[in-house]
Amino acid sequence: MDELFRIKDLSMAFGEKVVLENIDLTIRRGEILAIIGPSGSGKTTLLRILNFFEKPTCGSMKFDGMDIREINDIRRRMSLLFQTPAIFNTSVFDNVAYGLKVRGVDKKAIEKKVGVALSIVGLSGMEKQKACTLSGGEAQRMAFARAIVYDPEILLLDEPTASLDPANVAKIEDIIRRVRDELGTTIIIATHNIPQVRRIADRVGILLDGVLIEVNDKEKIFAAPDDARSEAFIKGEMVY
Amino acid sequence: MSTTDFLFQGIIRAFELIISLNPYILSITGVSIKVSGTATILATLTAIPLAFILAFLHFRGKQALIALINTGMGLPPVFVGLFLWIMLVPAGPLGFLRMIFTQEAMIVAQYILITPIITGVSLAAIKAVPKPLIETVYTLGGDQKDAVITTIKEARFGIITAILAGLGRALAEVGAILIVGGNIARTGSIGGIGEGLSETRTLTTAITSETSKAEISTAIALGIILISLVLTVNILANFFQKRD
Ligand SMILES: Nc1ncnc2c1ncn2[C@@H]1O[C@H](COP(=O)(O)OP(=O)(O)OP(=O)(O)O)[C@@H](O)[C@H]1O
Ligand SMILES: [Mg+2]
Repeated sequence: MDELFRIKDLSMAFGEKVVLENIDLTIRRGEILAIIGPSGSGKTTLLRILNFFEKPTCGSMKFDGMDIREINDIRRRMSLLFQTPAIFNTSVFDNVAYGLKVRGVDKKAIEKKVGVALSIVGLSGMEKQKACTLSGGEAQRMAFARAIVYDPEILLLDEPTASLDPANVAKIEDIIRRVRDELGTTIIIATHNIPQVRRIADRVGILLDGVLIEVNDKEKIFAAPDDARSEAFIKGEMVY
Repeated sequence: MSTTDFLFQGIIRAFELIISLNPYILSITGVSIKVSGTATILATLTAIPLAFILAFLHFRGKQALIALINTGMGLPPVFVGLFLWIMLVPAGPLGFLRMIFTQEAMIVAQYILITPIITGVSLAAIKAVPKPLIETVYTLGGDQKDAVITTIKEARFGIITAILAGLGRALAEVGAILIVGGNIARTGSIGGIGEGLSETRTLTTAITSETSKAEISTAIALGIILISLVLTVNILANFFQKRD
């Protein structure tokens, strides 16, 4: 499988505080890669670096074989769904259409694409509703639609189901699989929900205290991980 | 005549003056609205871009400018009046402009007073737009221009509130315009109650002079109009604050 994003020797510190240490990670085109780790291990920081919101202290990143220079061009090929989505104070339609509008897509195409994205997340017919009146689960799914509406090549998901009830969790997981299978989108999902990883991931990276201790296929990680700490974390034996 | 009778008569007469659209009262109201309105428009044209520059750009001296604006928000009007008077009197450095005791001088005074207020309150509204929302603009492929547009949309009610706060302050202000405007009116031929036409006399400055002349009914009429104007502005401001 060919690689889409390559990170080498990447470290990140906020002042004195080292948050990520010597991360080596290759993201393959079309995979669902789960980054798991306890709270505060650096998952969000890693995703924010991948979307260029933070500049790593050192290390190199290559996207699709290119060195990172024109941040905006590369950013337009990806999408980050925040842990708590921020919602524009407009209608559902205008929220979802946003990424298309800034790309200058014409009106007809916008209407069509927004319709498709909303149907994928099960919010068809809610175009006109004020986005701030949506329920938590609906808001999360709307933010999801907004993130996929312009067909990003990479979708970065930061704990997309953390605050949802089981029914909404199942919906989001289903959407994640469909987006990958039908659109071929590469998906990186940060989570500490281990059953979820079992359900949807192809590969898993385990992040402990800013160190990526192991990256492996899901089957391998769950059956016979290389690192003893991986096993402890997966089995929930690790006390934090 | 007892005091209450005296007051009662004054109020009745005040309403008569308002209802009959007394030219003197009308002209004073007109000057107030014109001066404060113009000052608010000019201040807004300066303050809003300034607030965005302060919110989005980094440059040397930015902190000093913010400190200056914060100080300006609490500037005593009489001080601004005195300062402008010194500048504008015929012997002053800007005396050649021949602006002292004109409506233009009053507009400049109020402009100086309310530009910092509109800037400061707008800046607070802009800063209150959540950072994740602006990051959402970027992650969805927007650039800095899109970030500014989104900020304007999200902060619009706060910005309108800021403009109205400036207008309210300008309408109610008396110290600065009294000094640089001079509270001038052309008196009527008879010189009775409610005669003459305002040149630089506003609702606030007129209330001071009418009261000191014991023209109670005129002062009350002016007071009622002033309060109605300020109240309207505040109700509007409240309405926009609630929408936020
Ligand atoms: N801007 C910042 N300044 C200082 N420290 C930061 C900053 N952002 C994150 N951190 C620190 O970096 C560490 C990792 O944070 P991060 O948000 O990446 O963790 P996480 O794995 O996403 O946790 P969670 O599962 O709770 O979301 C934390 O200790 C956090 O306090
Ligand atoms: Mg996080």
